[in-house]
Amino acid sequence: MSKVRAPKSPGRPGQASSWLATPTLVFLILVILLPLLITVVYSFLSQPSLGTGVKWVFSTDAYRQIFVQEKLDGTTAFDTRYLKVLWNSFYYAGIATITTLLLGIPVAMWIATRPVRFRALLVLAVTLPFWTSVLIRTYAVRQILDETGPIGGFLKIIGVGNSYQILYTPWATIIGLTYTFIPFMILPVYASAERFDFRYAEAGYDLGAKRWTVLRRIVIPGIRPGIIAGIALVFIPGLGSFLQPDMLGGGKTNMIANVIANNFGQARNWPFGSALSVFLLIFTVLFVLMVTTGVRSRGDQVRLI
Amino acid sequence: MTDAHLDIRQVTKTFPTPEGGVVVALDSVDLAIAEGEFFVMLGPSGCGKTSLLRCIAGLEYPDSGEILLDGSRIDDIPAYARPVNTVFQSYALFPHMSVAQNVAFGLEMERLPKNEIKSRVAAALEQVKLTGLDRRKPTQLSGGQQQRVALARALAKQPKVLLLDEPLSALDLKLRRGMQVELKRLQRETGITFVFVTHDQEEAMTMGDRIAVFNEGKIVQVGSPQEIYRRPVNGFVADFIGETNLIKVTVGSGGFIFPGGGVLARELLAEDCEVPAAGECLLAVRPEDFELVDTDAAVVGEVVDVIFTGGLIRLHVRAGDQEIVAALPSHGVVVPAVGDQTRLRPITKAARTVGS
Repeated sequence: MSKVRAPKSPGRPGQASSWLATPTLVFLILVILLPLLITVVYSFLSQPSLGTGVKWVFSTDAYRQIFVQEKLDGTTAFDTRYLKVLWNSFYYAGIATITTLLLGIPVAMWIATRPVRFRALLVLAVTLPFWTSVLIRTYAVRQILDETGPIGGFLKIIGVGNSYQILYTPWATIIGLTYTFIPFMILPVYASAERFDFRYAEAGYDLGAKRWTVLRRIVIPGIRPGIIAGIALVFIPGLGSFLQPDMLGGGKTNMIANVIANNFGQARNWPFGSALSVFLLIFTVLFVLMVTTGVRSRGDQVRLI
Repeated sequence: MTDAHLDIRQVTKTFPTPEGGVVVALDSVDLAIAEGEFFVMLGPSGCGKTSLLRCIAGLEYPDSGEILLDGSRIDDIPAYARPVNTVFQSYALFPHMSVAQNVAFGLEMERLPKNEIKSRVAAALEQVKLTGLDRRKPTQLSGGQQQRVALARALAKQPKVLLLDEPLSALDLKLRRGMQVELKRLQRETGITFVFVTHDQEEAMTMGDRIAVFNEGKIVQVGSPQEIYRRPVNGFVADFIGETNLIKVTVGSGGFIFPGGGVLARELLAEDCEVPAAGECLLAVRPEDFELVDTDAAVVGEVVDVIFTGGLIRLHVRAGDQEIVAALPSHGVVVPAVGDQTRLRPITKAARTVGS
C-alpha cells in the first residue's frame, strides 16, 4: 500500500500551482511583447532604397517625418497632416464612445432590471455579433447603408431618396464604429448595473428626487466603474480602428491605423509605419494613465493598469 | 376616528408569486395613527408590516384603499412628493457621497438656499451626535454611525411622519439598546410622528406608545404595550408578545381542569375575558404569573428541568401531556429539584382565556 505523503507546502484548497500559467505567459510574451519590441526597433531604422523591409542603420528620420515635411525645393516645413490624422482618430473614437454610452447605458440598465432568468438570454443576445467575423459584419453594414440597400430603397419609395448618401461619409464611419463597439460598452455597464442596489434609488425617491435626478445623481454614479471600463474598452481600440474608416468611410476619413497600414503596405515605409504606431501607443498609454489617476483620486474600484 | 394624523383605510396589497399565484401582503387594513405618536408595527416576517410602511412611503402603491395624511390623500402621489421620509433597514446611504452630502441630498431636492442646507445638515448631524464626521464616506463608518447618518438624512427633511423599517436589526444588542433610548429621545424632542417596524417584541414594547400586532396581512390587535401584554386578544398575540404558556383546559363546573388533573377556580381568572360554558379552551398564563402553593393547585406535575437565570428560577413542569414553564423569584422559595412533584397556581386574575 502506498503512503500518502503530505505535500511540502500545503497550499490553499482550490489553489493551483503557478506553473500552470507558464504556457500562457510565454505565449503572451511572444505575441505582445516581442512584436512591440520589433515595432520600436524598426521605428529607429532606415527605409531601404528599394523594396520593403528595413535597412539596419540607426535613424530618427521616421519620427522627424511625422512633424516635418521636406519640400521638393529642399526646404522644410512643419507638417500637420499626421497630427490631423491623429486628431481624426481621437475625434472618431471619442464620438463612438459617446454614442455607445448614450445607446449602451439604457440597454444595460434595461437588461439589469429584467427578471434573472431573462438576463442571461439578453446578455447572450448582446454578444451574438461576436459569432461572426467583424469583416463580414462590416460588409453587411455597408450593404445596409448603401444607396441600393434597404434604407436607400425605402427613401426612394417615399420619394426623398435622390440625395441619399451615407456610405463613404464620416457618418458611415461613426455608425460602423458604434455598431462594432457597443457590446464592449453594454457588457461592463451591465455588470455594474446588475450589482447596483436599487434600494439606493428608492432612498433617492424617498428623499424627494424625481426620476431623472435619481438617475443622474444616484444610479449613474453607482454604475461608474462599469461606465469607465466601457469607455476604456471602446475608446482605446476605437483609436486603432482600421476597417470602419476604410470600408464605410471610403478612405475619406482616414484614421491613424489606415495611415499605418498604408505605410506597411503600398507606401513600403516600415520605419515610418512603426514610428506612427509608437506615436499612437504613447497617446493611448497617456489616455489610460489619465483615466486611471482620475479613477484613483475618486477612490473607485476600477483598475485599468 | 376623524382627527387621525395618518389614516389608513381598507388598504389591500397583493404581490404575484413567481409560480403564478398571489400573496396577500395586506388584507384591507385599517389603522389610525395620532400626531406625535411613537407607533410600532410588530409582527413576524412576511406579516405585511413592511408592505404597509412602503405603501405609506410611496415605494409601493396599494391595490385598493386610501392613505390620508392630515385629512388629504397621499396614496396617489409619488414618493418624492410625500412629506414622509424613511430610515431603511439597509440604511441605503449613497456610497459615493460623504456623510454631509448624504444628509444634504434631500434638502437640495427642495431647492433650499445653500446656507440653509448647510445649517440644517449641521443641526441634523448634531441631533444624532455625529458632529465632525461629515466628510467621511459611509463605508468608513461603523454600523451604528451609518444608522445615525440614515436618521439624520431623514430627519433633516423635517418630515411629518418618519418611517423606520427595522432600523436596529443589524446592530448588536448593546448598541441596539442605546439606539432605542436615543430614538425615543429624538422622537420626543422633534415631536415628529414615528412609525417603527420591527419583528422584535421586546423592542416594540420598549419603544412604542402604541403597538399594532400584524399577522398574515391583518392587524390582530392595536393598543399600548401594557394592553397588548396583559390583555392579548388571542393565542397568537399572547404567544408572540413575551413568553406565554398556552394551556389547553377543559371547562368544568368547579372551574378549569388543567392537564394532569389540577383545577383553577373560575374566580381566579382575569375579569374581562370570555369563558365558554363548556368544552375545551386555551388559557394563557405568563411564566412569571405562577406561584408555588400547597393546596388548590392548578398545575400538578413533575419537575423536569430547573434553570437558574439570576433573579428568576425557571421550572419546567410536566403536567399531563403538556410542559408548563413557571418563572419564580429565586429568593425566599424552597426550590424544587428535578424529579420532585410540585404544585403551582396562576396568581389571581393573571390567567386569561384566548379562544380555543
